[in-house]
Amino acid sequence: MKTATKLWIGLGVLILLSPLGLILPEHFKAGAAWGEWGTDEMQKLVGYVPKGLEKLSSLWSAPIPNYAFKGWEEKGLPHLSFAYIMSAVVGIAVVVILALIIGKALIKKGD
Amino acid sequence: MHIPDGYLGPATSGVLYAVMLPIWAVASRIVRKTLKARQVPMLAIGAAFSFVIMMFNVPIPGGTTGHAVGGVLVAILLGPWAACIAITVALVVQALLFGDGGITAIGANCFNMAFVLPFVGYYVYKAVSYNAPADSSRKVLAAGVAGYIGISVAAVLAGVEFGVQPLLHHTASGQALYCPYGLNVAVPAMAGEHLLIFGWVEAIVTALVVKYLQKQDPSFLQAGASKAK
Repeated sequence: MKTATKLWIGLGVLILLSPLGLILPEHFKAGAAWGEWGTDEMQKLVGYVPKGLEKLSSLWSAPIPNYAFKGWEEKGLPHLSFAYIMSAVVGIAVVVILALIIGKALIKKGD
Repeated sequence: MHIPDGYLGPATSGVLYAVMLPIWAVASRIVRKTLKARQVPMLAIGAAFSFVIMMFNVPIPGGTTGHAVGGVLVAILLGPWAACIAITVALVVQALLFGDGGITAIGANCFNMAFVLPFVGYYVYKAVSYNAPADSSRKVLAAGVAGYIGISVAAVLAGVEFGVQPLLHHTASGQALYCPYGLNVAVPAMAGEHLLIFGWVEAIVTALVVKYLQKQDPSFLQAGASKAK
């Protein structure tokens, strides 16, 4: 088997394992990454929400926020894990397509 | 290390976008010259790997989470300029589709993770593996050290970007407008958690894949080295 094929398979395995990145933090009661708190957490941490932060934090509403489907926030870990895997599939598909387009465009112009 | 919208004021976001524009331009020019047609799939694999490895949040029990970026590995395999493009693609998709990292902070996040991280990692790898045979364990060690240092330097810079906000932007009464933590908190927090935990995650990921490729197909390990000038 070609090495590239094996690397693609490796990516598939990582997609299936990705919910570990959701389950382990939950299990060990770890919160958000440093500096990535929402406005509620910010209120708790420093006692107020900085004005500029409050305004900008809702600037962009992503279609799949935090790798979870909208309306599924209260569902259990199995649902969230499924959404996480689907996010990985969608994200990788878009990333791969974009990278191939950019790569091919760059090579063409080089000739 | 994905700085969200609202943590950086317009000055910092703007400056780091302005810094990244010429870097992206140079990256395209260099990759145009050096990337071979058969390496295009590797560019996609590298971007996808970086995307998915960042989903593996590693917990500090009772504390925060963090993750590897995979960018040093991509730099070792494709060279730092191609890695810059691959990681940029991953970060832009994370910001736009998943709200992971702010859209106003794409310049900052790309500066830290798509520029500083792969370049620092790449040159550390070159230095530590200097003249080492392709199948040597020094190359594996070099990959680990490069991953550790690359992500840690990027984290310190993210800490500086967070930490200068209270100095740059505050109300008359002293309340912060954006990130409320100064350099004295942000830099030790970002540096500490990466030096203690997440740096090792990046080191292990980078070293393991390099070790695997040494056995599987050493030509992959020469591709990045031969291209970088």
